[in-house]
Amino acid sequence: MSTNTCRPFILAALAIAGTAFGAGDVALEKAAIDPGNVNSLQRGAANFMNYCSGCHSAKYVRYKTIGKYLSLSEEQLIDNLMFNAEKTFETINAAMPEADAERWFGKAPPDLSLVGRAKGADYVYSFLKGFYVDANSPTGVNNHVLQHTSMPHVLWQLQGYQQAVYTEHSEEDAEGRAVTTQHFEGFEPVTEGSLDAEDYDLFVRDTTNFLAYIAEPIRSDRRKLGVWVLIYLFVFLIIARMLKKQLWKDVT
Amino acid sequence: MARIEAEVGKPKGGFMKWIDDRFPFTSTMKYHATEYYASKNFNFWYVFGVLAMVVLVIQLVTGIFLTMNYKPSADEAFASVEYIMRDVEWGWLIRYMHSTGASFFFIVVYLHMFRAMLYGSYKKPRELIWIIGMLIFFVLMAEAFAGYLLPWGQMSYWGAQVIISLFGAIPGIGDAIVEFIRGDYSISDITLNRFFALHVIALPLALIGLVFVHIVALHEVGSNNPDGIEIKEHKGPDGVPLDGVAFHPYHTSKDLVAIIIFLMVFSSVVFFAPEMGGYFLEHANFEPANLRATPEHIAPVWYFTPFYAILRAVPDKLWGFILFGLSVLLPAALPWLDRSRVKSIRYRGWMYRTALALFVVSFLGLGWLGTQPADGAYVIAARIFSVVYFAFFLLMPYYTAVDKTRPVPDRVVYHG
Repeated sequence: MSTNTCRPFILAALAIAGTAFGAGDVALEKAAIDPGNVNSLQRGAANFMNYCSGCHSAKYVRYKTIGKYLSLSEEQLIDNLMFNAEKTFETINAAMPEADAERWFGKAPPDLSLVGRAKGADYVYSFLKGFYVDANSPTGVNNHVLQHTSMPHVLWQLQGYQQAVYTEHSEEDAEGRAVTTQHFEGFEPVTEGSLDAEDYDLFVRDTTNFLAYIAEPIRSDRRKLGVWVLIYLFVFLIIARMLKKQLWKDVT
Repeated sequence: MARIEAEVGKPKGGFMKWIDDRFPFTSTMKYHATEYYASKNFNFWYVFGVLAMVVLVIQLVTGIFLTMNYKPSADEAFASVEYIMRDVEWGWLIRYMHSTGASFFFIVVYLHMFRAMLYGSYKKPRELIWIIGMLIFFVLMAEAFAGYLLPWGQMSYWGAQVIISLFGAIPGIGDAIVEFIRGDYSISDITLNRFFALHVIALPLALIGLVFVHIVALHEVGSNNPDGIEIKEHKGPDGVPLDGVAFHPYHTSKDLVAIIIFLMVFSSVVFFAPEMGGYFLEHANFEPANLRATPEHIAPVWYFTPFYAILRAVPDKLWGFILFGLSVLLPAALPWLDRSRVKSIRYRGWMYRTALALFVVSFLGLGWLGTQPADGAYVIAARIFSVVYFAFFLLMPYYTAVDKTRPVPDRVVYHG
């Protein structure tokens, strides 16, 4: 797979504007990412570059920032992740021109620099697992987390297609009319992908981990520094407290 | 004053004399620090004034550094904030200190105001200190509101949209006022630019001026204390209040301890939870302002939510706006609403104690409700709390006058 991953879907995506409904009442699955797992982040970076960066930018993120935290050398970055850039100080731009994207999809695929903070890891994880077959959609799929998304199921070759299973509940409303509500039960596979369910979960989890990381690359640094700041302040506190006690001794 | 001048008049030499002959340095230090006497029995509630000063300094210093890299333009603002967060050396720390400082400013100021309500610090002769303090609070609200637009995120944009449009409820001139504030037919680059000007120069200037006047007024009459006793009424032969200790080094050494504890709490947020679960930095604000997509749920930042909940509790737009404004302004009238003969809650009766407790519950309740969607039981709850909120102020002349107070001792209670 390469940055051209998008091409088949461009045809499929007959301009329908994705309406942002947010997560609403949908129960999100726990992403259970491990931000300290560098291997997971490296795999996630590869996943992102191979499957996402064709259409999605991460325009606030520089390659060298990723390299530093993921323990990747400049050569490794250039050889493995930088399909679309030459220098490591460059930011991650989408292969697809934004103007074209807007024409093809109705709206340009959003920049993913901050999706981990704006929506949260659980949302991203559930979204990537939430595509299901929907004959009424121009892309052939809908998404359980973001209904009517204009994003096609880019990962279908890995996951295969699944369908959403609903149970129907019939109730009577206050005026005695029958009201049918649909209750989402879960997904069941329609076609098989190249990954089994467990491996697909891992794939999505790694990708989510990476997206959460690039949303705030400084996160682990600030936590480490914070511990030292608190230790320093605590020592300072003891001294200040002794000073106060000494000075107040003669106040009766 | 006479005594201070006498000491200043003593023969001195060297550098300090050279300075003092040209600038009232030593006498000012004495008047405001080494010979400013404040009660020795200050408790926990008395640290929030100095903490507000600390936060003000944090905001000014971090604000200056943010301005060096921030771009007040609709096209660049959001990206420039991310640039600060990712590419500017220590930019993330400066930005988190500033965003956390905004929330802590309100935490500290709310507790500072609550202290005044506990111990009647707004009562005679400190009415003017309270009025100046309320002006500081109004300017602070405007400052925070203007600042929140600057990152140009979804919540910046839509939060500002909601609040500014409130003024549209004013009959006749409402729409003109809204347009005047925005400088445009919608919130735009022009609005962002003027809010930037207000946020970085006009309002901070007003804030610093008012804080200065607040302290000058305080030092003129002297600080209140948890007993609500005027310590100046009992002076020793040297003219020093018997229950007072010098601000420096006594209160400063005590304040230093408080400042460090405060910084530990502050740092815990900055380094470990800068978003504070979406209350200090709202999740939706990590998406750039999008004029075509309204966020599902628009809530102002937490420090405005008590007043916002009152606004939404009223079914009528104009009355909502009036009561919203009134809820912000009413506390300024406290010195005249409170008819009690005693200042401190220690010597007040059950009526004021109950009223204050109900007020705190309603304020916190409204604050929480303001962050929630306005439907169903939430609106009912907000209405009940709103009634309690207003009743606290409007019934105050009655219940403080009839409340049974206890005798106030001559001297402050101090346990060493």
